Amino acid sequence: MIKLSRRDFVAAAAAGLAAPLLMSGPARAATAAKVVVIGGGFGGASIARYLRRNSPDLSVTLVERDKQFTTCPFSNGVIGGLWSIADVTFTYDGIAAAGVTVVHDTATTIDADKKTVALAGGTVLDYDYLVVSPGIQFVWDSIEGYSAEAAEIMPHAWQAGPQTTLLRNQLEAMDDGGLVVIGVPAVPFRCPPGPYERATLIANYLTQSKPKSKIMILDANESFAKQPLFEEAWKNLYPGMVEWIPGSQSGIVMSVDTSTMTVSTSFDDYQPAVANIIPAQRAGQIAIDAGLDAGQGFCAINPATFESTVHKGIYVLGDATIAGAMPKSGFSANNQAKACGAAILADIAGTEFTPAKLINVCYSFAKADYAFEVVDVFEVAGDTINLVFDDNRFTPEGASDEVHQSEAKYAHSWYENITAEMFG
Amino acid sequence: MRIALIALIFMAPLSLGALPASAQETSPGGQLAQACTSCHGLQGRSLGAVPSLAGRPAADLVALLKTFRDAPNEATIMNRITRGYTDDEIAALAAYFSAMSPTP
Ligand SMILES: Cc1cc2nc3c(=O)[nH]c(=O)nc-3n(C[C@H](O)[C@H](O)[C@H](O)COP(=O)(O)OP(=O)(O)OC[C@H]3O[C@@H](n4cnc5c(N)ncnc54)[C@H](O)[C@@H]3O)c2cc1C
Repeated sequence: MIKLSRRDFVAAAAAGLAAPLLMSGPARAATAAKVVVIGGGFGGASIARYLRRNSPDLSVTLVERDKQFTTCPFSNGVIGGLWSIADVTFTYDGIAAAGVTVVHDTATTIDADKKTVALAGGTVLDYDYLVVSPGIQFVWDSIEGYSAEAAEIMPHAWQAGPQTTLLRNQLEAMDDGGLVVIGVPAVPFRCPPGPYERATLIANYLTQSKPKSKIMILDANESFAKQPLFEEAWKNLYPGMVEWIPGSQSGIVMSVDTSTMTVSTSFDDYQPAVANIIPAQRAGQIAIDAGLDAGQGFCAINPATFESTVHKGIYVLGDATIAGAMPKSGFSANNQAKACGAAILADIAGTEFTPAKLINVCYSFAKADYAFEVVDVFEVAGDTINLVFDDNRFTPEGASDEVHQSEAKYAHSWYENITAEMFG
Repeated sequence: MRIALIALIFMAPLSLGALPASAQETSPGGQLAQACTSCHGLQGRSLGAVPSLAGRPAADLVALLKTFRDAPNEATIMNRITRGYTDDEIAALAAYFSAMSPTP
């Protein structure tokens, strides 16, 4: 890239050369690095804007299938009736305004040798650096009888959008006294506390509107994220409404039958009024097709730069990665994006990159003015990412109403700030 | 006319270039701070209840962060987060946020 000193600028301006220089002359355009980002969610939106903020000459193209992005964070609040789907839906206008070329299409093929990405619409993009942040896809056959079609009757609502609205509508249509089943897959899945926050916010809605109803969590796991804090909220706020059944007590959802609304575990069959079935997950298909997961379902990365351990020049972010102690959260994806962005800019500049500590904060709501959180601080350790400390990371049990109220306010502020960072 | 042109040209490149190196997001302090801004807002300018950090005196921020870490007196998330940071990291974070403008 041709660098102009301040004096050159003044001289050029004085010579009347202002216009061509401002319009990034051909020499500049030809030498600027090209970054392509696949996926405009938490990882992809964050890195696209980070790169443009810190390197205004960089060519950044974001490939995103959808015209709008509905965030999974805060979507449990939509399901529980605290706020609307519009409140958690964003356009890509702010990203385009930041100088990112936004292409609404599906990336279908990555050629790691030729350094190209082919899109469903026929366009082929070439790149110097490729960032892949496609989120998760569902492993439908992890539950017998479950499929994309079955999810229209028994929604997963684990990718936010129409599925979120569907689950909300089913809860609204349900009679008082109905049974709501939430099926939880074995870890790893995106947002470890998500199913339990969902159960809690559904309980909040049902307590007010349909108090004879019950919620049953059929869980493939033996314990869960922030368990004591969720159990405290269930006991104090919604006594008797939420029942949690771990895998060892026949909690694993083995099959479903949408024609009879049956959800079956190894020993029991349930006929819920509303069935929220969350299947097992793996990295988005584009990452799998490119071989970035090396057959593991999720993608191994360099823990400092997030460069794939399979293909040089390709970086993977967010839910699609295996990132040591970092959970599959939007907060993690956003932090990873900024670390990866700094690593890419250092590589372009030919300078050394030293990783810094990263954070994840995960807020969960129990009702509109009651939230709690877990915080994680991470550091790179050898070939993985570790917690800096692993005790006392949670809101204390027995915290006062004031604490839970302020955590709810902080959760809203986090949401406003992180979505503003992503979408402008 | 010519003066106006020069002013125009100056504005774009200098708005980035005018910041000291330590105030860039890619500097060591700036890189560390990217973990904070997910809650505290880009460049430490927060939109909601989470306090803004931009432009606050570095000494105040250092004192505050060390109090959270070493002498916590109320239940807040910052007591927990600061346990992950060394004195040097706290100083780098404070230097970065104090160099940010409180207004965009
Ligand atoms: C109910 C629920 C609640 C949650 N709550 C929180 C929370 O409170 N806090 C938190 O931090 N996290 C939360 N999460 C987790 C968070 O949503 C994910 O961890 C985060 O979205 C991961 O970011 P990502 O970039 O990996 O994927 P995503 O954000 O899912 O983005 C992926 C994007 O890639 C696009 N895409 C995929 N493949 C292609 C392709 N081939 N071509 C073009 N585009 C493609 C998709 O359309 C999508 O827009 C929650 C999740 C759920 C399900």
